[in-house]
Amino acid sequence: MKRRVVITGLGAVTPLGNSVKETWEGVCAGRSGIGKITKFDTTGYKTKIAGELKHFDPLNFVGKKELHRLDDFIVYALASAQMALDDAALTIDNAIAERVGVIIGSAIGGLATLEREKETIINAGPQKVFLFTIPAVLANHGAGQVSIRFGAKGPINCPVTACAAGTNAVGDSFRIISHGYADVMIAGGAEAAVSPLCIAGFNVMKAISVNNDYPEKASRPFDRDRDGFVVSEGCGILILEELSFARNRGARIYAEVVGYGSTSDAFHMVAPPPGHEGAARCMQLALEEAGMSPAEIDYINAHGTSTPLNDVYETEAIRTVFGKHSKAIAVSSTKSMTGHLLGAAGGVEAMIAVKSVYEGIIPPTINLDHPDPACDLDYVPHKPRKKEINTAMSNTFGFGGVNAVLIVKKFSE
Amino acid sequence: MTLEEKVIDIIMEQLDVSREECVPEASFQNDLGADSLDLIELIMGMEENFGMQIADDELEKISTVRDVIDFLKSKGIS
Repeated sequence: MKRRVVITGLGAVTPLGNSVKETWEGVCAGRSGIGKITKFDTTGYKTKIAGELKHFDPLNFVGKKELHRLDDFIVYALASAQMALDDAALTIDNAIAERVGVIIGSAIGGLATLEREKETIINAGPQKVFLFTIPAVLANHGAGQVSIRFGAKGPINCPVTACAAGTNAVGDSFRIISHGYADVMIAGGAEAAVSPLCIAGFNVMKAISVNNDYPEKASRPFDRDRDGFVVSEGCGILILEELSFARNRGARIYAEVVGYGSTSDAFHMVAPPPGHEGAARCMQLALEEAGMSPAEIDYINAHGTSTPLNDVYETEAIRTVFGKHSKAIAVSSTKSMTGHLLGAAGGVEAMIAVKSVYEGIIPPTINLDHPDPACDLDYVPHKPRKKEINTAMSNTFGFGGVNAVLIVKKFSE
Repeated sequence: MTLEEKVIDIIMEQLDVSREECVPEASFQNDLGADSLDLIELIMGMEENFGMQIADDELEKISTVRDVIDFLKSKGIS
């Protein structure tokens, strides 16, 4: 017998703000978090823009000694997990520690530390490498440090499934609770890859926008003038709980997780197949698990990266799954405002899907000035929409042909 | 700045401890909360600051604040 799973806490740091509140206000205001890169000198780089955190003070969340040893993606995970646990009013004591798990995904872990320490080898020799290089680089150390800090002794994992990692983390956590292996999961994604190698690497693939003169206009999903995604950093964490566990402690319930899909394209290293069959199948599986018909979905938080291929193929996949109903669903890409947080995107976007259900507001797709003729759905252009939402779907797809889809529903007994 | 002051500044920075805690007889592991990796990091910091190398067998003899100062003095550093 499967157990019901609800969401009781949210935490985030994003280019739109250093909390869920600021991020949510940002997406509802149609504000862009994209700007010039400040983390490194971009002379010689084709792309000079990204979505960086602003005025984030890590010392609010970690000690000075700890800070110096951790890569930024781990600090973002610790900050977001702290805020999510506070939001859920949950303290992990000895009585529950072994029933609390952590899954925090990341696409590339401590890339900036890795780059810096390779330079140390070149400039000063192998004996001078930073002592904490390996633990700072390992992608699972977001989850690892969160479990250490908060004393969570249950299942732990780190999906490294590119841009779907955050959704895989939340979806797998949903199943771990639903199947009885834990009662609480701290789940999401963390990323801090605004680094020279990341920008240069995506640049040579022509995957990211070079709209350097108008950073706020650079991420424009479904628009005919889109020219790639914008790399962003940050973290989104959700607290998932088994329903009776949440009820017994009187927790506030934001929404229920009801469906999860996980598929692979088995097609290409980085490109989706025409029509994106793998994504369509993934949405279908999530609907099946939720026991819902396509017509029951009110809002889709799209993957919507602002790359030429994704936005057309995702649109086609939505048409395949939702048929006639596809025109009646609100589909928006909040990446138009946050940029693409890579492995953290699924965490942040699951948080946004939950908030949309809880608050009854659909955030817009900004910069959709001239819709691509091949993208013909209701993308909620420019302005947010107030609307009662019962169910929201969150799509994320990653390099390597990874697809992950989550469905959340307004909570009712 | 004396050698003692320089050493204590490095210890305070790296172990995030107060000046009052850095008495000569303070043990890194027992009194200043350092684990084995903290100690390696501290020694790397000393090597960097004083431009010298500490061999692994010499490392084993270092466990207190005084040990570091005595060791540096024995290498002619002041």
